Amino acid sequence: MGTSTDIAVVGWAQTEMVRHTELSETQLLVRAITAALEPLGLTRADVDFTCLGSCDYITGQAFSFVGNLDAIGAWPPKRDSHVEMDGAWALYEAWLRLQEGDIEIAVVTGSGRSSTGDPALIYPMEMDPFFLAPIGADPLTFAALQARAVIAAGIADERSMAEVAVRSRGKGSVDELLADSYVRQPLRRHDVPPITDGAAAMVLATGERARRLVERPAYITGFDHRTECHNPSFRPLDDSPSTRIAAEAAGLGDGPVEVAELQAAFTHEELLLRSVLGLGDDVVVNASGGALRANPIMATGLCRIGHAADHIFGGGTRALAHSTSGPCLQQNLICILEGRS
Amino acid sequence: MIPAAVVGVGQTHHKTRRLDVSFGGLVREAVFRALDDAQMTMDDIDAVVLGKAPDLFEGVMKPELYLSDALGAVGKPMFRVHTAGSVGGSTAIVAASHVQAGKHKTVLAVAFEKQSEGNAQFALGSGRGASLGAGGAFAPFIRSYIHRSGAPEHIGWKVAVKDRLNALKNPYAHLKIEDISIEKVKNSPMMWEPIRFLESCPSSDGACAAVITDEEGARGRTPAWILGTSSRSEPPSFPGRDPVRPQACLQCAQDVYAQAGITRPRQQLDMAELYVPFSWHEPMWLEAHFITEEGDGWKMVDDGSTELGGSFPVNCSGGVLSSNPIGASGLLRFAEAANQVRGVAGEHQVEGARTALAMAYGANSQYFSMWVVADRLDPFG
Repeated sequence: MGTSTDIAVVGWAQTEMVRHTELSETQLLVRAITAALEPLGLTRADVDFTCLGSCDYITGQAFSFVGNLDAIGAWPPKRDSHVEMDGAWALYEAWLRLQEGDIEIAVVTGSGRSSTGDPALIYPMEMDPFFLAPIGADPLTFAALQARAVIAAGIADERSMAEVAVRSRGKGSVDELLADSYVRQPLRRHDVPPITDGAAAMVLATGERARRLVERPAYITGFDHRTECHNPSFRPLDDSPSTRIAAEAAGLGDGPVEVAELQAAFTHEELLLRSVLGLGDDVVVNASGGALRANPIMATGLCRIGHAADHIFGGGTRALAHSTSGPCLQQNLICILEGRS
Repeated sequence: MIPAAVVGVGQTHHKTRRLDVSFGGLVREAVFRALDDAQMTMDDIDAVVLGKAPDLFEGVMKPELYLSDALGAVGKPMFRVHTAGSVGGSTAIVAASHVQAGKHKTVLAVAFEKQSEGNAQFALGSGRGASLGAGGAFAPFIRSYIHRSGAPEHIGWKVAVKDRLNALKNPYAHLKIEDISIEKVKNSPMMWEPIRFLESCPSSDGACAAVITDEEGARGRTPAWILGTSSRSEPPSFPGRDPVRPQACLQCAQDVYAQAGITRPRQQLDMAELYVPFSWHEPMWLEAHFITEEGDGWKMVDDGSTELGGSFPVNCSGGVLSSNPIGASGLLRFAEAANQVRGVAGEHQVEGARTALAMAYGANSQYFSMWVVADRLDPFG
């Protein structure tokens, strides 16, 4: 299945990624969208469709995305949508929408200010309200359970996890990090993501328009996402079947990729995803530093796609980007970007 | 663009409190009815799109994660939409887009709200108090409409009676007010001047589901072909914005009519399911959808045109005024419109309906979603 419409990422921008910002989410989006459009010579008036990704529980307010309409410049009114998901899924909706063929330019965003809340209080609320939420287990606890399974399966060990941390953050030494005590065994502080405020915006264009806008568009040649059973105790935590199905559906196996940007907020997740995706040592993983360096929830996945697009803009041929949602990698998205000579 | 059609519709019995089911049980009730209607099973579904209004209504964050099992989505794409009150409509539009883009063959659109789990009024104000609630927010728009159109006050009462009479013919409707009358509406307590209690929507637990598929999937089934879909959003407030006749609504209607080949909506559409949470929205929306001239919407109500047997029936299901599980209310409009052109609307069927309009709107009259469905791909051909 599929239509022949070419759709490409032609630009993207992210705000400064910080532990805490005084800027509102709308202000972050104003900056990110402007920064994504300006280099292309586009204004908000050129945008045919917008789709925003954000989460009321991160923002701490019902209908929190409504105010963000000010950032997209919805006057005159715009074709517009919103997903209660990472911006990577907003990109998915826009990608579908552009394939209908009647419009040419879309802007998608992801935004979140995690600094204003406590993840340990917020995240239990995304669990099954009857059997899991009442336990009150936080994201670190679920991640630690998965890390144990991944270690037990021989896919990772504490040293290889520390190596991921050193490479991602570009600082410290493995031995130094391993001397630290556990936050949740087997996770140490370096295995867990920072709390980050930030937003990202991405510009998509269809075929001809994309080629007129930039020299080397990053064509989306494969895009798929899949979910799994919710309860982590009913899933093989040393595997990620939804990632595998999504990668297959996105055509990952059709050719080699030079780079992969994986939304691995925890070090063991990167090792698990590399293993499931069959990425060899020749693939450069998370050169951006990944979610371990900056983790603006609801934009983290979109940033992965942005960094993968940067690789294509810079002359690369094929790149993979991944995003995830839910406890222990419940839901996974795979996007393949390609450049053409 | 690949043609897409609704081939199955299901909904729950909407009630103030559905204490008999969990969230999962509630959505499954609607999903199984939709699958039965489509003569399909979950195996036939390639992707699921879930819509609901703020997660704060029930206190479950991103409930699509927890509901992946109940919705048979394991191993499939599961997509979550949230565009305020219009979300049910957006859910249908995004699900249709999955098929129209050629990505998937058969997609399940599901929307729900289980309002009894929380307090919508509290959540609307994000727990900070000072929430006007929807009635408080919309009353000034309604007063402005009355002022501009010179509509007499009984218009609101008439809409309230009509929709509740229609609800008596809908087995799934929440409010069943057997002795509904103009007198009863008129004597009900004033909530937000000029909106009286019986001119207001209820707060419901409920879900709705629709199966959307391509031409091949529609073969041998009873399709409602999707002739056009559209959405528009505009900012919350600024001088010059007109919430009585919102620009986003006008553009959305123009767009969806253009796609469907509609130039004379009053003549070419056989009925409409419009999102009318407070009685006065019916005449307002009739005007903002070009079904009648500006200032004339109330006259269509007054002369009975919008009644089930009238020349342009509106909200034959009983509408939002009779059932309002917020996140699902939009999808209910879209699904009821589909059922009308499929000829399966039962007792509230508009005889011979071939084309229908559905709309949902949300936030401060800012988010609009619409589709036009018909019993064939070129009804005006």
